[in-house]
Amino acid sequence: MRKASRLSRFNIASLALGLAFLYLPILILVIYSFNASRLVTVWGGWSLRWYHEFFNDRAMIEASWMSLRVAVTSATIATLIGTLAAVALSRGERFRGRTLFSGMLYAPLVMPEVISGLSLLLLFVALNAERGFWTVTIAHTTLTMCFVAVVVQSRLGSFDRSLEEAAMDLGCDPVRAFLSVTLPLIAPAIVAGWMLAFTLSLDDLVIASFTTGPGSATLPIRIYSEVRLGVKPEINAICTLVIGLIAVVIVIASLASKLSSSQGESAAPL
Amino acid sequence: MSARRIFARPARIAAIAPYVWMVLFFLVPFGFVLKISLSQTAIAQPPYEPVFDLTAGWTAIRAAFAALSLDNFKLIASDDLYVFAYLRSLTVAMTATALLLLIGYPIAYGMARLPKRWQAVAMVLVIVPFWTSFLIRIYAWINILQHDGLLNRILLALHLVSQPVVWLSTDTAMYIGIVYSYLPFMILPLYATLAKMEPALEEAASDLGAPPWQVFWLVTFPLSLPGVGAGVLLCFIPIVGEFVIPDLLAGSDSLMIGQTLWLEFFTNKDWPVASSAAIVLLVVLLLPLLLYERLQRRQLEER
Repeated sequence: MRKASRLSRFNIASLALGLAFLYLPILILVIYSFNASRLVTVWGGWSLRWYHEFFNDRAMIEASWMSLRVAVTSATIATLIGTLAAVALSRGERFRGRTLFSGMLYAPLVMPEVISGLSLLLLFVALNAERGFWTVTIAHTTLTMCFVAVVVQSRLGSFDRSLEEAAMDLGCDPVRAFLSVTLPLIAPAIVAGWMLAFTLSLDDLVIASFTTGPGSATLPIRIYSEVRLGVKPEINAICTLVIGLIAVVIVIASLASKLSSSQGESAAPL
Repeated sequence: MSARRIFARPARIAAIAPYVWMVLFFLVPFGFVLKISLSQTAIAQPPYEPVFDLTAGWTAIRAAFAALSLDNFKLIASDDLYVFAYLRSLTVAMTATALLLLIGYPIAYGMARLPKRWQAVAMVLVIVPFWTSFLIRIYAWINILQHDGLLNRILLALHLVSQPVVWLSTDTAMYIGIVYSYLPFMILPLYATLAKMEPALEEAASDLGAPPWQVFWLVTFPLSLPGVGAGVLLCFIPIVGEFVIPDLLAGSDSLMIGQTLWLEFFTNKDWPVASSAAIVLLVVLLLPLLLYERLQRRQLEER
C-alpha cells in the first residue's frame, strides 16, 4: 500500500520562503540600526551612534514613556475586565443581552481602527473630556480587552469543569472555588492576555492619534510623523529597541504557556 | 441545587463590569457618530452644529429631530472622490485577500505537515512578527523599497535592471506591505483547520488512485473551507479600512476610504462628513462582520 508522503519538498520550500519573507525585513532593519553612516542604505561600519541620538532626543523619550505608561495601565485594566467577560461568556448560563454582549466583544477584533478611533473621539468631545493619557488608555482598554477575553475564554473552554464543581461539593462557595481552583489554572492565559494587550497598545497608531491630545503623543505617533518626512537612521535604532522589548515580552509569555503545558493542559493559543 | 446552577449567578455578576464598559465605550460612541453624521458643519469648536441639547427640554429635542439632515450622506453619494475611495478600498481588499490566500495556504499546509514538535515551533515563528509593531514592519519595507534601498541595490548588482526601479509610492509596494502585515492572520486560521484534519482521509484518496492535485482539490481544500472563511474575513474586513499602509507605501493619486476619512477629519475638519463616511463604511462592512461573528460562534460551539 502506498502511503501519501507527509512532508514533501514543496511543503518545506513554501515554509522556508514564507518564514524568510516574514523575518528578513526585520533582520535588515536591526542590522542597519548599528550602521555608522548617516545614509540609511550605505554601510559605514558598526556603531551605536543612533542609539545615542535616541537617548538624547527628549521628544522621543517622552513619547516612549507615555506609550509605556498607557500600555501598562490599559493592559492591566483590560486583563481584569476581559477576564471577567471571558468568565461570563463561558460560565454564565443564558442571560439577557448575551448575544449583544458577545457581539460587542467580537466586533472590535475586526472593526477597522479608523471607525473605532473616530467614534471614541466623538464621545470624548461630547463629554468634554480633556484628551491625553486617560482618553488613550480608555480607548486601548476597550480594544485590547476583547483580545484578552478571547484568549482567556479559549483556555476556560478547554479545562475540566468538574474540578470547580468538586471544590464546590467540598463546601467552597463559587467565588472561592473560582479563586482557588480556576484562577491558578487559567493564570497562564491571563498572563498571555496581558502581554498581548500590552504589545497591541504599544503598537497602536490610529486609535491613539484620534484619542490623544496636543502634547501627549505616543511613540508610534512620533515614529509615524518622522517616517512621513523620510527615512532617518535614528528610527532604525528606536525600532530595534521596541523589537527587543517585545522579544522579552514574548519570552515571558512563552515561559508562561510552557508552565501551563507542564501542568498537563494544552497551551493557550497565543 | 446543582453546582452548575449556583455558578450561573456569579457569572452574571462577572458580566456587569465588561458589559457596562463595552456599552459606554463601544456602543454609545456609535450613537455619537450617527448623531454627528446627521448634523451640519459649523466653523466652531466642535466643528458641527449640536443636534441634541438635552438641557433644553422635550420641545427642543423634537425640533432637533426635525432639523436632522441627510445632506452629508447625499454629499458622499454624489462625490466621485468618495465613491472611488470606497470602490478602491474594496478592490484593494479583495486583491490583497486573494494574494494572502495564495501565499498563506502553502505555508499553513507545510506547517500542518511538520512533525508535531516542529508544528509548535513553526506556529511561534509565525506569531512573533505579529507581536512586532506593524509600523516598524512597514518602516522596514520602506528601507528596502526606497530608491537607493536594498532591493534596487541587489537588482542593480545582479544586472537585472540598468536603472533603479521606483518601488515606493506604488500599488506594488502597498500590496507587499499589506500581504506582509496580514500574513499571520491568514496563516493561523488555515493552519488550525489543516492541523485538525485526519491524514487518513488524504491517504485513502491517494490509495484509491487519486493524483496529488485531485487529493488536494477534492479532499483537503473542501475540508479546510472553515479556515479559509475565517482567514479571508479576518483579513478582508480590516484591510478595507486600512489607513497606515496605503498612506506610507502607496502613491497619493488615489486614496482608500480610511485615508479619505482621516483627511476629512484631521485636515478639512469636516466632522459631520467624516462621521457619515464612517457610517457608510460600517454599513458596507456589516455583512462580512456578521459573517465573521457567525463563523466565530460556530467554532466556539464546536469546541
